[in-house]
Amino acid sequence: MFNVETIRKDFPILSRKVNGKPLVYFDNAATSQTPQQVIDVIVDYYSNYNANIHRGVHSLSQEATDKYEQARQKIQNHFNAKHAHEIIFTSGTTHGINLVANGFSSLLKKDDEIIVSALEHHSNIVPWQMLCERSGATLKVIPMNQEGELVMTEYDKLLSKNTKLVFVNHISNALGTINPIEYIIEKAHQVGAAVLIDGAQSCPHIKPDVQALDVDFYVASAHKMCGPTGEGMLYGKESWLKKLPPYQGGGEMIAEVTFEKTTYADLPHKFEAGTPNICGGIAFGAAIDYMNAIDFDAIAKYEHELLEYATKQLSQIDGLKFYGTSKHKTSVISFNLEGIHPYDVGTILDKLGIAVRTGHHCAQPIMDYYKIPGTVRASFAFYNTKEEIDIFVSGVKKAKMMLS
Amino acid sequence: MSIEDIQNEIIDEFSMFEDWEERYQYMIDLGKDLPLIDDQYKTDSNIIKGCQSKVWVHAEMQDDKIEFTADSDAIITKGIIAILIRVFSNQHPKDIINADMGFIDKIGLKEHLSPTRANGLVSMIKQLKMYAIAYQTQLK
Repeated sequence: MFNVETIRKDFPILSRKVNGKPLVYFDNAATSQTPQQVIDVIVDYYSNYNANIHRGVHSLSQEATDKYEQARQKIQNHFNAKHAHEIIFTSGTTHGINLVANGFSSLLKKDDEIIVSALEHHSNIVPWQMLCERSGATLKVIPMNQEGELVMTEYDKLLSKNTKLVFVNHISNALGTINPIEYIIEKAHQVGAAVLIDGAQSCPHIKPDVQALDVDFYVASAHKMCGPTGEGMLYGKESWLKKLPPYQGGGEMIAEVTFEKTTYADLPHKFEAGTPNICGGIAFGAAIDYMNAIDFDAIAKYEHELLEYATKQLSQIDGLKFYGTSKHKTSVISFNLEGIHPYDVGTILDKLGIAVRTGHHCAQPIMDYYKIPGTVRASFAFYNTKEEIDIFVSGVKKAKMMLS
Repeated sequence: MSIEDIQNEIIDEFSMFEDWEERYQYMIDLGKDLPLIDDQYKTDSNIIKGCQSKVWVHAEMQDDKIEFTADSDAIITKGIIAILIRVFSNQHPKDIINADMGFIDKIGLKEHLSPTRANGLVSMIKQLKMYAIAYQTQLK
């Protein structure tokens, strides 16, 4: 049974104070907090079996390797990948995107086209621009509408036999819009294009099934789903991962090395050069266990209640404007107070112990679309409460009073 | 008045406030009162980088003293600049360059002094001192 009070006890940080006030943490879309269960795994790793993996013959190395590979299997099961070696450990979503973008450099030629969306985070724009510069391919953009949704009829028009890759986020980080990725994937495949879905914002809320989606690549970050920072995963279909060249050279990713020629290791190690974030990978697995034990359906249902409650409360404030009003949204609220800079609102909220994000959220094209410098973004997680939303709403009212 | 005298005056004013709210309300009011920069100087080249909000600063030399005008699209940031301008404007470049900025801590704004802080108080101070260095070179 989902019980937020019990859940909150798992998160030591939620009982601390900020600026003398109890912390209200609404910056979950940037980084989620870490439960004791995951912290314990990190402490256990460094206290009991910290060692380099895969090549050691000694017991500690074997233990660490087993735990690391178990974590890979946990991630495989969670995303329902066909094979464990289709899961590549990365330092996070950005790393995964760059790995794929780099791999496609040698596969693309002039006249090829890449499609991204207007709702992308900079990390899902810049690597593709760089890829276009290297390969001579052209970048096309699926436009958005006033509600913060992608315009699918325009997407249909962009697709052609020249389309080689489509990159879209599952959920927009700035607005919370859930994009119709099933449709996007199906349409892209009809013209023979590969699809990468950026799942950084979706994985904290829903459990994607990569086989059911038939997606070619899916990337996520551990630190947005109760895991540590600097850790993430790339799922790639086996056929694609075999086709892509390695991203970085180094130890771990080789089969044989001579000065004449090096042969690369099999998947997944081909893409995992150097000593990885071993503890991070193991803790990522523990975070996935933790969230699954709470249950993603229960998480989604509860977070939706928080979203509806907060939206209702905030909409009673005069001069407050929401950005991103799609019916298909996760628990992210982006807004501005009329005539007030989001930075000012964020500063006052911080003094009240309330953590929100302000600015362009690394999604400047969206801000340009709305012709605003940025927004205030409150993003809720399953450990937040309606009482915290009440504190936040009165904080926004106070900010409005002080700043008007 | 010397830079130090002005700083002491500001410290006195801030010492009357009992909590952060009064301090911030005062800064917000200072921001509202800040004499605006002339529109012709609100150019991209006058923007101070490192701030989440936009900050424009313009400097002019008059009788060996620098006069600063500035603006920002965020009001708290404007308040912070208003304080800096009050300290630095109509001062000799040499005094601006040598000014100690410890008073920021004494008026309870230490949190804004961190170089990673998004409002860029550090960048602002650096920029104002850069102007002073440039004018100082001219004087020589």
